[in-house]
Amino acid sequence: MAAAAIAVRDVWKFFGDYPALRQIDFDVVPGSCVALLGRNGAGKTTLLRILAGFSKPGRGEVRIGGGQPRDPAARRTVGVLGHGISVYEELSALENLILFGRLYELPDPRRSAMEWLERTGLDRVRDGLVREFSRGMRQRLAVARAFLHNPSVLLFDEPFTALDDRAIAVLQSVLNDALRRGCTIIMSTHQLREALELASHVTLLNRGHLGYTGERTAEMLSDPGYLYARYGEA
Amino acid sequence: MRYFRHTYTILAKDLRAELRTKEALNASFSFALTILLLMSFAFDPTEEMTREFSGGLLWLVFAFAGVLILNRAFARELPNDCLDALLATPVPPSALFLGKALANMVLLLAVEAVCFPVFGIFYNIRWARQFWPLLLVVVLGTWGFTVVGTMFSALTVNIRLREVMLPLLLYTTMIPGLISAMQLTVHLIAGEPLSGALVWLRFLIGFDVIFTSLALALTETVLVG
Repeated sequence: MAAAAIAVRDVWKFFGDYPALRQIDFDVVPGSCVALLGRNGAGKTTLLRILAGFSKPGRGEVRIGGGQPRDPAARRTVGVLGHGISVYEELSALENLILFGRLYELPDPRRSAMEWLERTGLDRVRDGLVREFSRGMRQRLAVARAFLHNPSVLLFDEPFTALDDRAIAVLQSVLNDALRRGCTIIMSTHQLREALELASHVTLLNRGHLGYTGERTAEMLSDPGYLYARYGEA
Repeated sequence: MRYFRHTYTILAKDLRAELRTKEALNASFSFALTILLLMSFAFDPTEEMTREFSGGLLWLVFAFAGVLILNRAFARELPNDCLDALLATPVPPSALFLGKALANMVLLLAVEAVCFPVFGIFYNIRWARQFWPLLLVVVLGTWGFTVVGTMFSALTVNIRLREVMLPLLLYTTMIPGLISAMQLTVHLIAGEPLSGALVWLRFLIGFDVIFTSLALALTETVLVG
């Protein structure tokens, strides 16, 4: 069996006295696509923030490629796309991508930035300030920023929420490409059917508890409600 | 080398963003110049009196004007969750902090560079008789202020009342640093050599070293937990 791309061991997270995550324990196989599911407040975003290294677990341990999430070596392999677009409105599209290219220590940040601007259809507005961009253009720039350093582990928090059709097309294209390249993906979403079609594995959280973790089964695909009916909270 | 490249990248990004919007810089300039002008019309001090309160007046103006810059240091990262994107990169949080502190220092030094000539003209005082020692004191005092302020800016970034909390924490912590900077400034504006106030200089350097070390060591804890 291959070593886990992501290992989550007995993770707890407390906000004050309230345990937002309780004894979460699972592995993610390299090259798999995990749909991280659960109702609002189940702890999906909290778990993704711990995996991304933005927050530390109160108890337990997380490993990304065998290293701590905050290790620079692990950081270089992880791409994160969260709720916010995570780009600067006062900078141009090109300046934003060059900035992140430099921070990720890419050999030629300008060239990588130009390639991703072209791929996301933003090359003609590369020198325009982000504050002048439409919502859809900003979202495409956010996708370019997340994929700029060619990550092998992708953490997405509701990536399709509020995207316009062009941004969805761009994201689907780069996601399929990432899956073909053997990237490991964890994606939290409320869009059950779309997520289950893409996913090879499923992790379900119920109010901070692990409800299910394992392969996506045929029953889940034929009836997305099956997962919550069988493993969801009572 | 890589560490300082990251620091420079953050410094350049913050300066570029601020120079495009001038949100903090305009507010800080306006505040500092208004206070200096109003105080000059409110009192009619003799040259000797001016020399005696020069340190206090200048550093109070710098401290209040500086908070307007420091408030934006990490708040700038909040829209669009940009702080998360920075933390996702392999950049050490201390390099991120250092870049931001240096950017704040450059902005505050720009405000101070305008304040000194205005102070000289409106208070009719020759402040540059000990120019290089005074520059050293201003740089040391400003660094102490920005390093403590940037740390508290990071600490209060997610607090709803951060505009209130930042000055509250900053001014109380800065008391020793501000006192030494004020004493040195009075001494140097009077035309006395720096050698006559070495105790205060050592105190200011010690303050800077302690708080810079603390801030660099604690940045990861403050930003990630």
